[in-house]
Amino acid sequence: MNLYGMWAIYYSELSRMWRTLFQSIASPVISTSLYFIVFGAAIGARMEEIDGVSYGAFIIPGLIMLMLLNESISNASFGIYMPKFTGTLYEVLSAPVSPIEIVVGYVGAAATKSVLLGLLILITARLFVTYEIAHPVWMMSFLILTAVTFSLFGFIIGVWADGFEKLQIIPLMIVTPLAFLGGSFYSISMLPPVWQTITLFNPVVYLISGFRWSFYGQADVHIATSLAMTFVFLAICLTLVWWIFRTGYKLKP
Amino acid sequence: MSTSETVIAVSGLGKVYQSGFQALKSVDLQIRRGEILALLGPNGAGKTTLISIICGIVNPSSGKVTVDGYDITRDYRRARSLIGLVPQELTNNLFDTVWATVTLSRGLFGKPPNRAYLESLLRDLSLWDKRNEKMMALSGGMKRRVLIAKALAHEPQILFLDEPTAGVDVELRRDMWAMVRTLRDKGVTIILTTHYIEEAEEMADRIGVINRGELLLVEDKAVLMRQLGKRQLIIQLQQPLTALPAAVAGKTVELTDNGSTLVYTFDAQCEQTGVGDLLRALAREGVEFKDVNSSQSSLEEIFVGLVHDSNQQRSRA
Repeated sequence: MNLYGMWAIYYSELSRMWRTLFQSIASPVISTSLYFIVFGAAIGARMEEIDGVSYGAFIIPGLIMLMLLNESISNASFGIYMPKFTGTLYEVLSAPVSPIEIVVGYVGAAATKSVLLGLLILITARLFVTYEIAHPVWMMSFLILTAVTFSLFGFIIGVWADGFEKLQIIPLMIVTPLAFLGGSFYSISMLPPVWQTITLFNPVVYLISGFRWSFYGQADVHIATSLAMTFVFLAICLTLVWWIFRTGYKLKP
Repeated sequence: MSTSETVIAVSGLGKVYQSGFQALKSVDLQIRRGEILALLGPNGAGKTTLISIICGIVNPSSGKVTVDGYDITRDYRRARSLIGLVPQELTNNLFDTVWATVTLSRGLFGKPPNRAYLESLLRDLSLWDKRNEKMMALSGGMKRRVLIAKALAHEPQILFLDEPTAGVDVELRRDMWAMVRTLRDKGVTIILTTHYIEEAEEMADRIGVINRGELLLVEDKAVLMRQLGKRQLIIQLQQPLTALPAAVAGKTVELTDNGSTLVYTFDAQCEQTGVGDLLRALAREGVEFKDVNSSQSSLEEIFVGLVHDSNQQRSRA
């Protein structure tokens, strides 16, 4: 095992975060704070409680998940796309590092950033609303699992993309709408029955529901189902990454 | 250290890209430990593909490569850890500092941090004063030096230089040649591709010529020049001639410079070069000389001739 190699990639990717501190940390924290100010403090004060939870507190898990998905995808896709774009990927490909070590380096760094951001937003939220975490271990587990899964997804997008437009298109056109429609700001039980059924085809519903359960002990879908769906998505991403390295798809001609 | 021992063995190596372009056609090549091998070839000949496969950047379509006995696919960790690569393009992470990028390279190749070695490396390459500067702030020549530092950061035994002096000034080129010689003296095997024939002529122990994915030959530089190099006797005449004298008809003699120069081309390998016969024949005809000198084909002429012959054979086929 090339631990130095894995660490070199991981450290280099985390260094990128410190170089772009404002973009990496301040920007998502500020934008999420705005959500709390608008939906939590301003509008939320006039909203009814949902399942016994104040609206401001109800949206915390959804907002963290929204940020987590976007940041994980963005960090991981950018992390692998840039060396491809600038040509510096030659060094990683010619180094004695295995595909697993490469993935752990890039995806691990992206997931670390996302988890840190998630925790930072959780702390920031405390400035605006009061909340409690019913199952802190599960909360951390969901946070890490989702960050890793979507960082893997971001890695796949970064390998697939051959231009900056493609790099943005999936997060912008698919992930953000799915996160907004996945119960970030509402409980799916508030939807008409037909839409409730349709919503269940949205994989993000299971992530947000499971994460919200870890906070308030209540969920739109059973926690076991949420966990199972997260693992299914993780398995799909791992399979695709395995296939990328097996075939050299867009990495190695 | 033995210099005849094979350190890289390439056998039947072929590469067909997805587009259908056949970049390499069953290449066989043995690279000796401690030598400097120059690979010459026109653009698109397959030089970079060959290097890229050995280094692990491109997947081969067929054939086998071993590096110090390690298969580049099965034992890729051991094989790659021996190799350093200076790529053709100035590829750098523009936002990294020189120190960060060199440290990254050493780590990638599984080496523990060694500040003293990296400091000495950067000093050797006149980069120490620039260690805290971002790559984007460096000149093209400095970026090229950083690429060399990155390739040497893990103390490789084999160094690939893919057109290392393309676009660099004369001073840096001379510096790089000196550095390559120093590395060779330390036992590093060096494989360089180049368009500059003078570079190969100056540096290489052996020359490989590659064209359209085929290795046309690999030979000791001196032997190659002796075997394929034509010598020419150039005779400046006192009075211009309107036609070749009858005495030299049938010989490989040309009348040039409006009849004021005779050029005799001969094989330097032959015991009988015919130079004496030619001069005596001219003297008998009353042709007077102003000056006589000889020249040998440069490597460039040899290279152009080989590639030309190969292309002609192909078009005939």
